[in-house]
Amino acid sequence: MASTSHSAHSTAQYLKVFYVLLVLTIVEVAIVYMHLPRMLLVGLLMILAVWKASLVALHFMHLKFEKTTLTLVALSPFVLCVFLILMLMPDIFPR
Amino acid sequence: MSEVAAMQAGAEPAETPLTPENWGKLGMWLFLAGDAMSFGCLIVGYGILRHASSTWPVPAEVLGINLTAVMTFLLIVSSVTMVLALAAVQDGDTAKFKKFMGFTILGGLIFLGLQAYEWTHLIGHTLPEHKLSFSKDLFATTFFILTGFHGMHVSGGVIYNSCVLAAVSRGRYGAKHVEIAGLYWHFVDLVWILIFTFVYLV
Repeated sequence: MASTSHSAHSTAQYLKVFYVLLVLTIVEVAIVYMHLPRMLLVGLLMILAVWKASLVALHFMHLKFEKTTLTLVALSPFVLCVFLILMLMPDIFPR
Repeated sequence: MSEVAAMQAGAEPAETPLTPENWGKLGMWLFLAGDAMSFGCLIVGYGILRHASSTWPVPAEVLGINLTAVMTFLLIVSSVTMVLALAAVQDGDTAKFKKFMGFTILGGLIFLGLQAYEWTHLIGHTLPEHKLSFSKDLFATTFFILTGFHGMHVSGGVIYNSCVLAAVSRGRYGAKHVEIAGLYWHFVDLVWILIFTFVYLV
């Protein structure tokens, strides 16, 4: 399993992910300085953040190569966050 | 002892889809899921308070986002050196592992130093300039709670990684343990990516 070819391949893969993360970070900072409309800016930043976070989880934390169980464990906190937002909806948008 | 437990005592645990190859890894994932809930609550709370506030400073005007972009870069680099350290220890190359793990720890320490500098500057200069205070404004309160909670995790990660480095050097820990420590460190990086976006950029 820990053969040299496997390791060389994964090192190249890790570096590729690193460059993508780097470019996405530069794009994030650049669009903040571009004075885009607020909704567009927030939308773009959210997409970029989720994209970067999934790259870290899938490649660095090896979630891409794990059993489904671990992915389910990793996704469970989002259920709580969605519930939290739904529960607080009446406070955010009072009638 | 109950009958069922007595029956199972001698038998091998049954393989189920839930049986992990590495129990420590599952344990770390469960811890991280709980930790993600803490961070999730803080971030959602921050979002709701910000949404409900009538005034909120533009973060990019108050906080130095160029410095924090460098901090983000540092954490991403330290994540990469962490996976390279794992690849090295899996290949049995301890010298290379020590080098990359050293870089990872150094990255964490520089991050903490920059955060200490940022906080000192904010408390001493920027916040008074903008007539904001730590105790009276939700902007400052949520900022320090979120970045502080994350900084605490980085400190913990630096200590954890140092212990793993020492234990691998003595031959007590192997690739399995490095992988688990890596999961924690990448999680800290992942959370910072979210905090950087929600607190500094949005």
